[in-house]
Amino acid sequence: MEFDVVDLSRLQFAMTALYHFLFVPLTIGLSILLAIMETVYVMTGREMWKRMVKFWGTLFGINFVLGVATGLTMEFQFGMNWAYFSQYVGDVFGAPLAIEGLMAFFLEATFVGLFFFGWDKLSRRQHLAATWAVAIGTNLSALWILIANGWMQHPVGSVFNPDTMRMEVSSFYDVLFNPVAQAKFVHTVSAGYITAAMFMLGISAWYMLQGRHVRIAKRSMAVASAFGFAAALSVVVLGDESGYEANLNQKMKLATIEAMWETEPAPASFNIVAWPDMENRDNVFAIEVPYVMGLIATRSLDTVIPGIKELVEKSKDRIRQGAVAWEALQKIRSDPKGVGEDVRATFARNASSLGYAYLLLPYTDNPMEATAEQVDAAAWSTVPEVLPMFYAFRIMVACGFFFILMTAVFFYYASSGQLDALREKRRWLLYIAVWSIPLPWIACEMGWFVAEYGRQPWIIESMLPTAVGVSSLSVMEVLLTLAGFVALYSTLLVIEVALMIKYIRIGPDDEAPSDPAPDTSPRPVSGAAPVPAE
Amino acid sequence: MVLYELIDYSTLKMIWWLLLGVLLIGFAVMDGFDMGVGALLPFIAETDIERRVVINTIGATWEGNQVWFILGGGAIFAAWPPLYAISFSGFYLAMFVVLAAMILRPVAFKYRSKRPDPAWRSAWDWALFTGSFVPALVFGVAVGNVLLGVPYKLDPDLRMTYDGSFFGLFSLFSLLCGLMSVSMLVMHGSVWLVMRSSGVIAQRARRTGTVAAGFGIVLFALGGYLVATGFVEGFRITSEVDPNMAANPLAKQVVVEGGAWMRNFAAHPVLWLAPALGFIGLFGTLILLQTRMEMPIFAFSKAAIFGIISTVGVSMFPFILPSSIQPEASLTVWDASSTHRTLFNMLVVTAIFLPIILVYTAWVYKVLWGKVDEETIERDNHTAY
Repeated sequence: MEFDVVDLSRLQFAMTALYHFLFVPLTIGLSILLAIMETVYVMTGREMWKRMVKFWGTLFGINFVLGVATGLTMEFQFGMNWAYFSQYVGDVFGAPLAIEGLMAFFLEATFVGLFFFGWDKLSRRQHLAATWAVAIGTNLSALWILIANGWMQHPVGSVFNPDTMRMEVSSFYDVLFNPVAQAKFVHTVSAGYITAAMFMLGISAWYMLQGRHVRIAKRSMAVASAFGFAAALSVVVLGDESGYEANLNQKMKLATIEAMWETEPAPASFNIVAWPDMENRDNVFAIEVPYVMGLIATRSLDTVIPGIKELVEKSKDRIRQGAVAWEALQKIRSDPKGVGEDVRATFARNASSLGYAYLLLPYTDNPMEATAEQVDAAAWSTVPEVLPMFYAFRIMVACGFFFILMTAVFFYYASSGQLDALREKRRWLLYIAVWSIPLPWIACEMGWFVAEYGRQPWIIESMLPTAVGVSSLSVMEVLLTLAGFVALYSTLLVIEVALMIKYIRIGPDDEAPSDPAPDTSPRPVSGAAPVPAE
Repeated sequence: MVLYELIDYSTLKMIWWLLLGVLLIGFAVMDGFDMGVGALLPFIAETDIERRVVINTIGATWEGNQVWFILGGGAIFAAWPPLYAISFSGFYLAMFVVLAAMILRPVAFKYRSKRPDPAWRSAWDWALFTGSFVPALVFGVAVGNVLLGVPYKLDPDLRMTYDGSFFGLFSLFSLLCGLMSVSMLVMHGSVWLVMRSSGVIAQRARRTGTVAAGFGIVLFALGGYLVATGFVEGFRITSEVDPNMAANPLAKQVVVEGGAWMRNFAAHPVLWLAPALGFIGLFGTLILLQTRMEMPIFAFSKAAIFGIISTVGVSMFPFILPSSIQPEASLTVWDASSTHRTLFNMLVVTAIFLPIILVYTAWVYKVLWGKVDEETIERDNHTAY
């Protein structure tokens, strides 16, 4: 198999992003859970809650640093591997990244030190404030990166300037309040909350099965199931919102998720299972549920959802329009000052399709002279592989519904005070909780895949093809760094998981024989962390 | 809404050039002592407890400091997109080396204390050393290459092609700059250890700081000599420049000539304050390290960093990234920035958040301040790294 720089750069970005996203969701969710548990501690003064914060905080810390470490790469690799993209969109895309640093990273990174080192140096309320600062900073960073990502999916508030050869901000407000970004933000942080809740639930279940740390496990389970249940409902509702937004501006993504080749009369049916065949542009088979798709995507009974083939036909029109813009752009560039107003006007009229002309560049040097076959090929290149889209989406959604079920069941047992009954009578439920620990990660990675692979062939939806955004690097260079990142990240991941398991096995601090009454001493000095570091 | 027109485009470009300087200096001052301490770790501390003392002087605050590096990347992306695109893709493998090294740092801080095994701890000590020494060296080498000009071309689409290699980055002058950077940060880290530790480690730190400051003085003087005598050529714009122009780096003429990096000093003698401050800081640190003083040395060490980085900035102004093979494609303050609107918006955001960051960072340092020694480590055994 032959790889070019574009494939390898995409592979490297996917690899580093997917690794980064192994650690981030847990950080997002656990930081909030820690802040909630510590709030309970400060309000009630019960030592048990502090022990919970310290124990889950230890696991949080082991995970957090890898999020930080892998995040370094994310900040710089746009410039490293996607230099043309960076130059083309930096005026719009750079701002949320810089604001993320100013508003979010400093907050979380500065106060995380106090979270771990400040127990004996701060009053309880001060320490609680530090913990909340970490949680808020972490969640704000998700907001800003998703504003950046949301703009890649739905590039609002910006225009292309032929004199500077880049997209420039026309409305900062529109970029910030991009509806796609808002839906993505809540969907993504909710996914983080579920990840943390299922993590806490699973580990607590393991302690219950072992009969260790039962009191702390039960409390943790109650917190995790309540929090997780709310988050699971939110993630599905906001996922639905994302689907609705996708139908407004990324119809191809929606059609490939659905493996919907032909446009159906409204309301469209939903394919539960299918085997999409890219060659023949049809499904080998499909099990359909009538009406559901139309309802989800359009929230109406009579709005038609276009199928893949119809969207490809529409792309052809935009490719031809884009070629006109492309030709006008060449004229403007060859003589920026002398070119006539009519040429600039022609460009401005067709500029929104300029990106489509770039899709022809693999086939011809001059998009204006493209043959019908070339336009056809370019138009079909706007369709991402349907099969992985179809199944990645379904795995994610199945996980989402499973999380609602799991958290609801545990929430029921916790709120009716029957968690002990689980330990005696329904051990299988606890086993399921333990074995469910990896599922949120699978769902998160699938979600990333659907969102980003589903955007292909665009790096900026309908504006700039991914292949155009790449840096001028050699295959060897990218192969080297790809191998380097894989080796480094994999090593660190193995170490991380081993440490996690070690500290889970050690478990929280052993409980005092009876949970002491509200602790009134100004500065709690109980033996703190699970294991003294030598 | 035309709020952004409150400030001239050219003024905003100028402000962002200054802010870029603030960020670089902020990074070098804050993350700089972490890197200096990390680079010294395996040499300045022998036993495990000594190493824990050294690590814990920065243990609770390195994370916030590292954000200066990330913010540097983000701010360059937002304010100078072509600089972000060209420098990081041009220095591709060097950037990878820096990232790989810096990735080791967070992990090393956190994981080292998680197991008592000496081999485990020693491995993380070397990871910390690598994660500190390598970036310190490469950043200096990169600055050297920027002064020399970077071999890149821009086509009319503003697509960049880079015509150099990884090993091509290492020339006599760029290595000199790399060693200068290492000396500066090791000096800074030593002074930090003088303040935050005591006993044998503080004594050793006075010695390493003295040596590093001495090297810093020699290298800074030598670098200045090479630039002033024209051994290192500078760049000069020969065409008319409209500071309010739309940002397209291909609309000017540039020549390469010896002594061009000295022109700003000749035109504005007040700029000599920058190198003067560099030398005052270096000499002050060198001398005061021989006394019993602690806190004041840090002010001199910071002044040295401020002076040295400012010297590079003002000598090149208005250039920010010259091209050695297509000089007219060099990036300057006037033709490589974001739009008027983005620069204004980002200035507003920075003006609000940077002071807030400085306030809470100062508060956190105040809370955590105090000497770290073997006793404090024993006492806080369960929380210390």
